[in-house]
Amino acid sequence: MRVDSLILRTAVRYLFPLLLTFAVFVFLRGHNDPGGGFVAGLVAAAAYGLYSIAYGAEQARRVLGVETRLLIGIGLAIALLSGLAGLTSGLPFMSGLWIDLPLPSPLNKIGTPLLFDLGVFLTVLGVTLTIIFALEEVE
Amino acid sequence: MEVVLAIVVGGLYAAGIYMLLRRSLVKLLIGLAFLSHAANLLIFTAARLNRAAPPVIAPGEQALTAPYADPLPQALILTAIVISFGVTAFALALAYRTYRSVGSDDLDEMKGTEG
Amino acid sequence: MNEWLLALPFFILLLAIPLALWMRQQGLTTAQMGWLLALFPLASLVMMGYAVLSAQGQPVAVSIPWAPAFDISFSLYLDGLSSLFALLILGIGALIVIYAGGYLGSDPNIGRFYAWLFLFMFAMLGVVLADNLLMLFIFWELTSLSSFLLIGYYHHEAGSRSAALQALLVTGGGGLAMLAGVVLLGQIGGTFEASALLVQGKALQHHPLFVPVLALILLGAFTKSAQFPFHFWLPNAMAAPTPVSAYLHSATMVKAGVYLLARLNPILGGHPIWLYAVGGVGAATMLVASVLAYSQTDLKRLLAYSTVAALGTLTLLIGLGSPLALKAAATFLLAHALYKGALFLVAGAVDHETGTRHVPRLGGLLRAMPLTATAAGLAALSMAGLPPLFGFIAKELVYESGLEAGPIWMAVALFMGLSTVFVAGMTGVAPFWAKPSEKLPHSPHEAPSTMWSGPLLLASVGLLTGLLPAGAAERIIGPAASSMAGQTIPVKLVLWHGITPAFLLSVVTVVVGTLLFAYRTSLRLTLQRLSWPWGPAYLYERSLDGLNALARFQTRLLQSGALRYYLLTIVLSVVVTVGWVLLRSGVPWVLPLSVNDVLFYEAALAVLILGATLAAILSPFRLGAIAALGVVGAGIALIYLMFGAPDLAITQFAIEALTVILFVLAFYHLPRFKNLSSPSVRRSDAVVALLTGSLMTLLVLVAVDVEISPVVSRFFAENALTKAYGRNVVNVILVDFRSLDTLGEITVLGVAGIGVYALLKFRKGRTKAESAAPSLARRSAQPAQAASAAPALTPSVPLPTDDPAEASKGGEAS
Repeated sequence: MRVDSLILRTAVRYLFPLLLTFAVFVFLRGHNDPGGGFVAGLVAAAAYGLYSIAYGAEQARRVLGVETRLLIGIGLAIALLSGLAGLTSGLPFMSGLWIDLPLPSPLNKIGTPLLFDLGVFLTVLGVTLTIIFALEEVE
Repeated sequence: MEVVLAIVVGGLYAAGIYMLLRRSLVKLLIGLAFLSHAANLLIFTAARLNRAAPPVIAPGEQALTAPYADPLPQALILTAIVISFGVTAFALALAYRTYRSVGSDDLDEMKGTEG
Repeated sequence: MNEWLLALPFFILLLAIPLALWMRQQGLTTAQMGWLLALFPLASLVMMGYAVLSAQGQPVAVSIPWAPAFDISFSLYLDGLSSLFALLILGIGALIVIYAGGYLGSDPNIGRFYAWLFLFMFAMLGVVLADNLLMLFIFWELTSLSSFLLIGYYHHEAGSRSAALQALLVTGGGGLAMLAGVVLLGQIGGTFEASALLVQGKALQHHPLFVPVLALILLGAFTKSAQFPFHFWLPNAMAAPTPVSAYLHSATMVKAGVYLLARLNPILGGHPIWLYAVGGVGAATMLVASVLAYSQTDLKRLLAYSTVAALGTLTLLIGLGSPLALKAAATFLLAHALYKGALFLVAGAVDHETGTRHVPRLGGLLRAMPLTATAAGLAALSMAGLPPLFGFIAKELVYESGLEAGPIWMAVALFMGLSTVFVAGMTGVAPFWAKPSEKLPHSPHEAPSTMWSGPLLLASVGLLTGLLPAGAAERIIGPAASSMAGQTIPVKLVLWHGITPAFLLSVVTVVVGTLLFAYRTSLRLTLQRLSWPWGPAYLYERSLDGLNALARFQTRLLQSGALRYYLLTIVLSVVVTVGWVLLRSGVPWVLPLSVNDVLFYEAALAVLILGATLAAILSPFRLGAIAALGVVGAGIALIYLMFGAPDLAITQFAIEALTVILFVLAFYHLPRFKNLSSPSVRRSDAVVALLTGSLMTLLVLVAVDVEISPVVSRFFAENALTKAYGRNVVNVILVDFRSLDTLGEITVLGVAGIGVYALLKFRKGRTKAESAAPSLARRSAQPAQAASAAPALTPSVPLPTDDPAEASKGGEAS
């Protein structure tokens, strides 16, 4: 299903990058301010969903570049691996590991929980887009 | 305010149950959505309401300073919201597939339908 | 060394199970399988025998911890009593395995038969060797289960199936009672080890729970050993192949109940209730089974009723409990196993060769089957209690015990003795010596060696132990009787001990029994005229019917197949149970219901949400309902925002937008709203819904009123930054403190996504939609095709309009 509307297409052309940037922003601030992987994934999914309504699911898939179901798998794998990292240091599964970086806050602390949140982000994005695209492509 | 929200929760539950009891598959889906709203709000209200600051540690502090909204139910509800989205999507797809297979959305007609 | 000789047979017998199946696949003949597989019980028997002999009269025990927390260990205990039973299980078992090779000669399922038979042998050996009573129970139920499988071996016959079920229900039900009794016994005795309980002796009899313990354990023993009024399952179990009847339903499994009574006699026996319950039930069983035996004409059913009578005798003797009675019990047990096993196998051979088990039709087989006839004759003489066979010694002892106990017990024993002589004549004499009355289905000839060797061996052992009873008395019967009594009973058996009152009674028994046999036809006809339909079997049938009717009724009531009624059942159950508890607690009447703190815009928001909810329900159009649903979600997001939960608020907003998109996309392919229920149904549903809603409101208020411990929340609040380097506590909980939960949740989410994909994308099994409702499928497909084929012509969102005319078209199509 695709909506043929010039206004929508024009609007989406500007909204799409804006929404994606917003998603990254929400994701990065998530650890210290309201936000995080769940919301960021949903916002990004909304961006692609909007895009698919304006330009069709096939075009949206092309822009995404990754098969949505693969995205689910990648997300889950990252989340799982971030938990395994603790095991290598002899700590329990899912223990957080942190590295200090000489960067301004909030980028100075990089740890496995952020990696985990990335997994959440990708899973949520993958699931939502899998559903939306599949529904749109139903004939 | 808890009293008011308790009534809202009750209203949402009533709406959810009523829609679930309809014979039309489409209405059942609406009922499902109402039910997840109701459950989330129930957890939120039952864990006490607080108009105070969100559970974010202010700059310069080492811990949350009272009064703060309880972060625990929020974490529970956040995942519940996303999961119920997944469930709703699944139910929608299931309803679509059922409708295509059975050729009807009347739940009473689906009784005993196989294959 | 000895300990391992005790445990090893279990592994040997288990090994035989897969081996039997494998052998069958290798294409061995059934007879070859029989001879080879008989080595397994024989090897086990040799090991056990060596263990017993080298222990020199001391019990052998081994204990491997299994579940120490529950005081359950894999503990085995071999004393005189278990030796006697192990001898029967393994010795007769080996003969049965050989015999079955001939009996089931052309059966394609023989591998399965042997697998079950060895499963049973394993379980039965476990019953008699287990020291831990809970282990004993497990093995006990395993014998019931394997008995079920073996009785139902001819599963294509309805009679076999119902007999198998009957045996399982009766013995399994009794087994459950026994489990309760054993658990209670373990509680009051402080241990589940029988050997440790035996040390405590009769001290447990003063415990207030002793009578329930006794009643429950007796229930298990009586059902297993087919005691009145549970005797009816055993004759029906004759639907099993004859080797199974001979083995399970005569020599071993049905004696498990007797074994349990004998094993626990030192603890439970001697109590006044014991004498009347055990002795009385045994006597009643003897009487009932003896009377019923006279009207039977089927070889196997005759033997079955006499087996029931023999089991009654054993029960009676244990109930009496004197050293003499226990000595008689041990002797009779061995004698019965020898002659009855032989006669069952003979019956199978006769059936196999002639094609019938109907005694009045049989006769004159002596010439055709001399070896089988020899075995039958010897066994029948032993059964009738004639010297110089072992059965004579056993019967003398039974009569002596009867005389010792009193005239009533003696009369019962005599009554049973008469029917025993009668059955011996019917099964061991009539088919071979009587005149053949009519032509048999097959012209008979001698059975194969697999089938005459077993009965002949058993019958010969009966003769040998009759002539030379001293060895068996010292090595087997003495130790067994001593274990039953809990003290040493010296046993000396002699064939001839003068003209005693017991001997005179034996003479009377044989004479009168022979007369009864001579006039068997008129006796049978007289008794059959008095047939009595209201027995326990009738009761069993009726209760089974009742159970099935109840199951059907409640299935119809609860499993209507209509989703509505399932939901109503669940919802109303919750409302009633939770509501009852709430009202009974009295909490709802004292809740502080203050609305003073409500701000104006908060109240307005609540009204908005409720209004949108009502609109969603009442909207006749799908789009209207979806829009209203979106308003509700947005309203809830605002509530989250107002009460310190910005994370929830933005998530809710995002989800709400996506949900609306989802619903619009999905509903595009689904039919319009229809009012399918009648107004009265809608009204009653509304009442249920409002009731549930009110209950939830009440529940929230009660929950708010409860004091909760903030320990967990405080931990998160204090440690989020210091330990997890995050200021947003909610996010820290999700990705760090409780990340394992989150991992589970996103996994569920992923599964849901894949599920949606599969439901929408996979095309198989969709034929029905195209064939049954082609117009519907076409109708929903058309706009999409149009949109892709000619985009310029469909400028608006091609959602189906909620047009009543089109809706009615959809209604017609479905």
